[in-house]
Amino acid sequence: MAQSVHTSVASDPVIRVSDLRKAYGRTVAVAGVSFEVQAGEIFGLIGPNGAGKTTTMECVEGLRAPDSGAISVLGLDPVRDVRALQERIGVQLQEAQLQKRITVREAVELWAALYRSPVDGDALLDQLGLRDRRQAWFMTLSGGQKQRLLIALALINDPEVVFLDELTTGLDPQARRTIWDLVRGIRARGKTVFLTTHLMEEAERLCDRVAIIDRGRLVDLGTPAELVRRHCPAATVVLVTSDPDAPAVFRALAGVTSVTGDAGTITIRGRASDLVAEVIRGVAAHQIHVTDFRTELPTLEDVFLEITGHAIRD
Amino acid sequence: MLRGLWRLTWLEIKIFVREPLGVIGTVAMPVVIFLVLSRLTGRQTSAADAALPAAPSDLPVIVAMLVAVSAVLSLVAIMAIYREGGILKRLRATPLRPHTILAAHVLVKLLFSALTLVALAVAGRQLVPDGADVPWLSFGAAVLFSTGCILSLGFVIASVVPTARFAQPFGAVVLYPMLGLSGLFFPVDALPGGLQAAARLLPLTYAVSLQRGIWRGDTWVSHGGDVAVLLLVCALCVAVSARVFRWE
Repeated sequence: MAQSVHTSVASDPVIRVSDLRKAYGRTVAVAGVSFEVQAGEIFGLIGPNGAGKTTTMECVEGLRAPDSGAISVLGLDPVRDVRALQERIGVQLQEAQLQKRITVREAVELWAALYRSPVDGDALLDQLGLRDRRQAWFMTLSGGQKQRLLIALALINDPEVVFLDELTTGLDPQARRTIWDLVRGIRARGKTVFLTTHLMEEAERLCDRVAIIDRGRLVDLGTPAELVRRHCPAATVVLVTSDPDAPAVFRALAGVTSVTGDAGTITIRGRASDLVAEVIRGVAAHQIHVTDFRTELPTLEDVFLEITGHAIRD
Repeated sequence: MLRGLWRLTWLEIKIFVREPLGVIGTVAMPVVIFLVLSRLTGRQTSAADAALPAAPSDLPVIVAMLVAVSAVLSLVAIMAIYREGGILKRLRATPLRPHTILAAHVLVKLLFSALTLVALAVAGRQLVPDGADVPWLSFGAAVLFSTGCILSLGFVIASVVPTARFAQPFGAVVLYPMLGLSGLFFPVDALPGGLQAAARLLPLTYAVSLQRGIWRGDTWVSHGGDVAVLLLVCALCVAVSARVFRWE
């Protein structure tokens, strides 16, 4: 992937943002953010509420004019070429609603009428599992159905890039999983997805690459696995044993940084790359009788805490 | 430019009709109030007609202006609800332009204002003396034209008013004084100097002058000044609202 970027014009980044800045009065929302989104990937902008995710995304969509910095989407300037851009992108906005008494079908038909080359609305509703709700008023839809309709509207013009802002916020876990599958389906059709989320689990499961943004600044960028390796190289094994010699055995293992707890529940921390293998080796070699065993691998949530010094749910 | 206007207008008509309270309040209530009031006051006014020379002939203008003002308030409220609910925000990210959205709502308001006025005219036809030569079509055109221009005031208010809760009172505070000074209830010439000057700056004064003149059988040409002022106000309001329109 990385090599083709240099050899082919076709794989120029779909979105290129450099040194984006935006303030509302004295409040600086975005303080110099730069990143690129490649064709065909799901790119996530993650961070707590108020970090500048939505402002960044809305500048990229052409809904807000940046104070300074350069943005290019599909080779277009989102401010200057907003009309041309609107035909080629699809957006789902945070906290957007439709008229309470508009039906699902009417919304899709209205949106289809607004674009030059819309896809078949009924087929889209089938794909999003809204076939049975076509005659339903927007106000009667469940949270998940509303989001699926808003995704349908974002896809009606067969866009090349789809923007999804906090699309599963407020949904129950099952509805969330359905939406994740839909987003993967969008990628499978060759589209680029740019999303924001404050849910680290969502970013971890869905995104090919994530950019962590905090207080208007981009803190780091990479695949979820890269970020975890880079910032949280430690893993934890928790096991239960009554063997009194066990703590000493584990302390002697390579790569182990700390062993806490006594006979009973023992917590072992060490290098993520080989901690589990080492612990299992130790257990086998000394025939320690283990009654419970679990590993705690670091997640993006831990990465966030590590590099910003505060939890995402602040 | 106005891509989606007809579809959006038709859609908004359907959506409006789906809220029973809105239709009852807009079309049915004025007719009911009109009928009740005319029953209650009918006997006395027929005897007192001579004492109130302007009242009977001005009734259609008063009714038309009240319907226009309520249409403006309703337009302002709907836009505020759409803004507060994030509906405008979502529409913004489509090729729809603010003026298409406003124009669709103006067409809906004009349609239901016309329905209300027709219903009122039917209900009040016995108040018009038999054989009176009333220029119905011309008056209808004057009412629709001036209502359209008055609705453009709603454009400006609707473009900036922040919340739905604030929209109705704000609109009322702007519009009712204008209505009071419009010459509808007191002749503009009878007002004190300062208020007279104010009345001549307000668009509703010209709407009243146009409608009253046409109802009394004047030609449109003799009210060219009123038409010109109303068109100017409309153009001005459209231009201002284009600058100050807020999507969220």
